[in-house]
Amino acid sequence: MSSTWLLALAGGVLIGLAATLLLWLNGRVAGISGILNGVLFPHSRDVAWRGAFLLGLIAAAGIYMAFVPRAPQPRADFPRAGLVVAGLLVGFGTRMGNGCTSGHGVCGIGRLSVRSLIAVCTFMATAVATTFAVRHLWS
Amino acid sequence: MKRLSIAALASGAMFGIGLAMSGMTDPRRVLGFLDIFGQFDPTLMFVLGGAVATTMLLFRFVLRRGSPVLAASFQLSNLKHVDRRLLGGAAIFGVGWGIAGYCPGPALAGLGIRSPEALWFVPALIAGSLLHRLVHRT
Repeated sequence: MSSTWLLALAGGVLIGLAATLLLWLNGRVAGISGILNGVLFPHSRDVAWRGAFLLGLIAAAGIYMAFVPRAPQPRADFPRAGLVVAGLLVGFGTRMGNGCTSGHGVCGIGRLSVRSLIAVCTFMATAVATTFAVRHLWS
Repeated sequence: MKRLSIAALASGAMFGIGLAMSGMTDPRRVLGFLDIFGQFDPTLMFVLGGAVATTMLLFRFVLRRGSPVLAASFQLSNLKHVDRRLLGGAAIFGVGWGIAGYCPGPALAGLGIRSPEALWFVPALIAGSLLHRLVHRT
């Protein structure tokens, strides 16, 4: 197994452990879109932990990418219009469907939620279809 | 209150390192994974597999406790029904994910290294959430 795959597996396990830690200590689901939404549109006293979670995520990922040798570097050449359209769809869709890769995927499947499993199959299918359309039909 | 925030900070930091270490923050790799009919890159299967295997194994033990360590109760969605909102939302999210290769976590992680793409994507992500709030309220 190549080191890329080993790092991918280790990173995945770390994501799973992070979600387990949040559930074990705080009783909360580590769904990024939901946590972000709770910070943007606060309607309870739960803003502090959500802000702390996002701060930790952004800072730690940034430090890793900046200082660890051979860490994956961000892409910089994607068309801006594509980024904006994609961002709007991801923001709208994750709120409408109540979750993203982390909430429905990592946490929802982790607690054997059928609803989350169906959501994951749905967004995987449309993501694969969209990537196919953009890469092989469009250009 | 303070302890909840410290715990969340630690969890978020672990999550962020996991995203960066695994390659999830690299949208080229994500699109390579989604491109199953082209040059398929299976790396992300290890990320998602590792994460889901961990939560499937450990969540059971956590939820067997009556309550979490620092709070009164587990705050879990008890929604069970599959409706058009769930399917439509997931479908729309997938289209956005498939266009640029960013889901919310990796996009936010990109802010940490001031990725120029994240600086465009994240405001659009927030605008999309806002748009949903406006549409949903009516």
